[in-house]
Formats: sequence, C-alpha cells, structure tokens
Amino acid sequence: MDVKELAEKLELKVLCGKNLEREISGCYCGDLLSWVMSRAQEGDVWLTVMGNINSVGVAVLADVACIVLTENAALDEDALKRAEQNDVIILQTEKNSYQMAAAISKMI
Amino acid sequence: MEEVKLHYDVNAYDFTCAGEASGKLKRSLKDLGFDASLVRKVAIAVYEAEINMVIHADGGVIDATITPECITVVLADKGPGIPDVELAMKEGYSTAPENVRSLGFGAGMGLPNIKKYTDEMNIDTEIGVGTTITLKIYNQ
Ligand SMILES: Nc1ncnc2c1ncn2[C@@H]1O[C@H](COP(=O)(O)OP(=O)(O)OP(=O)(O)O)[C@@H](O)[C@H]1O
Ligand SMILES: [Mg+2]
Repeated sequence: MDVKELAEKLELKVLCGKNLEREISGCYCGDLLSWVMSRAQEGDVWLTVMGNINSVGVAVLADVACIVLTENAALDEDALKRAEQNDVIILQTEKNSYQMAAAISKMI
Repeated sequence: MEEVKLHYDVNAYDFTCAGEASGKLKRSLKDLGFDASLVRKVAIAVYEAEINMVIHADGGVIDATITPECITVVLADKGPGIPDVELAMKEGYSTAPENVRSLGFGAGMGLPNIKKYTDEMNIDTEIGVGTTITLKIYNQ
C-alpha cells in the first residue's frame, strides 16, 4: 500500500506532498523526537501531534513514509516550508493516534 | 574514493536550522554511494549531537571525514560542558528547559541514541569550556 491509498481510504487531508506514491511498511506513534528518531523504521507512517520544523527534520532523517498529524494538530508555517523543500509528505486527521493506528493496522 | 572532508557551522538556539547539517551530511553520504542503513546510522547519531549543540550549548562546528572504510564526525561546541557524563548518558536524563520540551525534545534519549548507532563514541568535555563529541561508524 502507498500513502496515496492510505490518504484516500482514511480520508486524510494532504497538507504537504506532491507525489504520494510512497510505499508504507509500518506505523509508529510518538511525540518525543529522539524516541521517534531511533525507533521509527524506514517506510513507517508516523503518527504525532508535533507539527513543528523539528518533526520534519526527524521525518527526513528517519526516512518515514509520511507524517500524519492526529487530532487536527497544526502544522507550523516554517515546518511546511521545510517539508516542501525536502519532499516530506504530511497528512492530517481529526482522529487521535490510537484510532488512526488501529485503522492502519487493519490495512497493512 | 579519496578521503572526503566536510564542514558545517551550527547556530545556537536556531531551531529553524536545526537538523540541517545532519541532513546535508546524509545527502552527501547517499551521493557518495554508501549503503542506506549506514547512512541512516550516521544521520541519526549526528542529528542528536547537532540538536544537543543547539539546545544545550551555544552552537558549534561539525567536521566529518569520510573514507570508504569509516565515517568520523567531530562535533565541537564552546558551551557549558557536561558536569557528569555518566549521568548524561543514562536513558531519560535531561536538563532540557520547558520551552524546548514543548517542541518534542528532552526525552533524554539523544546521547543513548548516539551510543546505539555508532561503533565508537567519545565525549571530551570541560565545565565552562565546551564539549567535543567524536563519533566513528565503520562501513562493514
Ligand atoms: N553539547 C552539550 N553541552 C552541554 N550539555 C550537554 C550537551 N549534550 C548533552 N548535554 C547534557 O546531557 C543531557 C542528556 O542529553 P541527551 O541528548 O541524551 O538528552 P536531551 O538532549 O536532554 O533530550 P533528547 O535528546 O531526548 O531530546 C542533556 O539534557 C544535557 O544536560
Ligand atoms: Mg539531546
């Protein structure tokens, strides 16, 4: 499954990302960045409420497939800019991380 | 491949740039053809050390020396130094102030992550003078 399919099926809002054809291999939830940095796997969907520029940095370095901002957490303007520069896909949902993770686990 | 040397400056308290040096280094290693899992290890370790220079010190400089066998990265700051290195290395130990915790930092996992993802890690620190962290990751 790729991010495009995930976004369509779970009705996620696309905040950033032109090409959504990135394969998804798993999922990781967390808001503490150095925790995420070392535990999230390449290709994971990352569920978080952290929409600042540092999240984008972590997403780039950890090579996650995309960031999903849960509970409609806001994306900072400078974070959006950095994400555009680095081709990081960012999605948003009103669901919380638990609900989102449960839905994703049924799909992959 | 000849030996490649790269240098980056890291600004203090500038979160808009934090992670930029490790991102650039990551790209360079990829372009040099290093294996993705090695690139990831270097990127994570250098990111953590870079962020520490931004949060806990007054910024600093990063020097990377790249050979086909080994990646060596030296991160030097002129910050306050680390009073108790053994304590700082413990998972969960953090002196990060509230304003950076709200950004997602302060789990106290940075230094343990560096240890986990490098083959050699050395911390040279002096109170009031600064901290120099040297990392080595072998390409096997
Ligand atoms: N370059 C540095 N200069 C001064 N003190 C440092 C430096 N790097 C780390 N420290 C000290 O070591 C502690 C532990 O660092 P570590 O990176 O493990 O955690 P953290 O930065 O507080 O949180 P996290 O990295 O999980 O966001 C820091 O809280 C700080 O007190
Ligand atoms: Mg740290």
